[in-house]
Amino acid sequence: MTANETTADATKSAKGVAWAGAAGGEHGGTSVSLRGLTRVFGATRALDEMSLEIAPGELVALLGPSGCGKTTALRIVAGFEFADSGEVLIDGRDVSGIPASRRDMGMVFQSYSLFPNMHALDNVAFGLRMRKVGGADRRKRAAELLDMVGLAPQAGQYPHQLSGGQQQRVALARALAIEPRVLLLDEPLSALDAKVRLQLREQIRTLQQRLGTTTLFVTHDQEEALSMADRVGVMRAGRLEQVADPAELYSRPATAFVAEFVGTMNRLPAELGGAGTVTVLGTTVPAHSGDPLGSGPVDALIRPENLTVKAAEGGNGIVTNRTFLGAVTRVAVRLSGDTEVSVDVSSAVALEMAPGTAVQVGLPVAPVLVTPRSS
Amino acid sequence: MAAVVTKPAQAPAPAATPGRRRGSFPVWRWVILLIAAVYFLLPLYAALRFAGLKAFGTVFTSPGFVPALWLSLRLAAVTWVVSMALMIPTTVYVHLRMPAMRRLLESVTILPIVIPPVVLIIGVLQVMPLSLRASVWMLGLEYVILAMPFAYRALDAGLRAIDVKTLTEASNSLGGGLFTTLWRVLLPNLRTAVISATILIVALVLGEFTMASLALKETFPVWIVLFDQLNANISVSASIFALVVTWVFLMLITVAATRQSRRTGGGEVTLFTVAPRETIGNL
Repeated sequence: MTANETTADATKSAKGVAWAGAAGGEHGGTSVSLRGLTRVFGATRALDEMSLEIAPGELVALLGPSGCGKTTALRIVAGFEFADSGEVLIDGRDVSGIPASRRDMGMVFQSYSLFPNMHALDNVAFGLRMRKVGGADRRKRAAELLDMVGLAPQAGQYPHQLSGGQQQRVALARALAIEPRVLLLDEPLSALDAKVRLQLREQIRTLQQRLGTTTLFVTHDQEEALSMADRVGVMRAGRLEQVADPAELYSRPATAFVAEFVGTMNRLPAELGGAGTVTVLGTTVPAHSGDPLGSGPVDALIRPENLTVKAAEGGNGIVTNRTFLGAVTRVAVRLSGDTEVSVDVSSAVALEMAPGTAVQVGLPVAPVLVTPRSS
Repeated sequence: MAAVVTKPAQAPAPAATPGRRRGSFPVWRWVILLIAAVYFLLPLYAALRFAGLKAFGTVFTSPGFVPALWLSLRLAAVTWVVSMALMIPTTVYVHLRMPAMRRLLESVTILPIVIPPVVLIIGVLQVMPLSLRASVWMLGLEYVILAMPFAYRALDAGLRAIDVKTLTEASNSLGGGLFTTLWRVLLPNLRTAVISATILIVALVLGEFTMASLALKETFPVWIVLFDQLNANISVSASIFALVVTWVFLMLITVAATRQSRRTGGGEVTLFTVAPRETIGNL
């Protein structure tokens, strides 16, 4: 999938449905606050003063590379790990002293977590059994939930008889059966193949909105985060770099890390002028940055779809590669000075840009993100 | 001859070999199988020839037979209960909370194999209070130590075949406490491992001679040796009887456990390994 498509999806889900879950919630929804969470494992700070507010009914995704602390944060909320300092508030109440088994949180794990000795229905009914729900009632509700995830016919099957996607759907039904205050999803889709992943993504999102369950979702897959979440928190080295809705995260990344982690980003040599302007590819445009702006050489971060390219004899670059992505084609251009950039153009236009064609790469006058030059 | 009659302790070894996978079965495998069969079966045949079939009828009415067998069965029960009560929580805890300690525990549990049983029992006899020395418990507790390597390995193999951590956390998040998780989630999935451990413990206790004889307990193997001096024919047929009964018992458990394990997606049950479950059936 291209960055373009991702943006389109992300924009749709963010604008169309943000907060919709809260309104439709059965039990009003639960708010979650993470305040100044710090967790140290030996020499590494898995979490470093991390804070995050999740509104009732909201789905927040924590996105980041492996080892950024996102899973640790989720496990602290679940009660499987403990923070060295900081607190987790559920509906304003500190839950630090409450064991995982009494936190009322539904969790779906990355690895298959169904109880192998129970068939699907008993797996879903397990949480209800723990809550002393009577036999007939329990089975009825478990069957309803299995039906909700579209697995009613598989009620009597054991986990090993189910496919990976089916197992995760049963796990989702099991987590939702207890009507959890908070739903925690720990990379639930990463063990599945691409097609199943896509279907399940939509199913989880639809269910979550219908039930209005406040959800914390951990993933390293930006596409997943952008397409499912109301808001996405990008994490790095135990800290949240930016929390924003998917569209904003993509179009106005707060830092170079976020910019380059989410979607494809070009790094172009640029020169800061005075008065908050920057000159890139001979064009002077407004600059913004996470750090105070000075002057001198910097790198400008520009998305492939925000650059323009046209065939031109004696232009500033040569086409090295073309990748057809459907409606658009990504053209790789080597600029004079050996900088490689990717530019998205409509596939029709790209037809005249075979590798070796001389082209002129430019940019429209719009603010660009700048960052200290990488050597 | 006495060496042959105390053989029942070795019974589990041939039974432990799992069934062959289908596929080619070249000639040299047949040769090895044949040599092994001769090695194991020839002494049995000799014993059978020596004892004669008549002796079998009189085994059960021989003086001391029933009390000796009863004592051995009680010892097996005591050993099993104490071993399971100790080893299941220990292995689960180590897998969950201290995975780094697994190596250490493995080395510790193997000590009883390294230390000769004579040494183990003599030391204990020196310090054991008289009241305990007279009861079935002392020997039972000794057997717990002797059975530790087998019980630990069987349970460890079972725990490695399941994702203990995830299953425990899943149970916790659904409201399952410590005991519920162990009882309803972990133990049912360790059934094959527990059965493996049981087989090993029972076979061990029913065949152990050194400790029992030094502790002056007339267990079944001790009775066989003592009775050998009175009537060798009956003694030998008793040992063959013990061998066959143990073997049939072990085979039955193995077959039943494998069937049970297959139903929930587990593998074949053998004594030291539990084949991992297929987590995904038909993706």
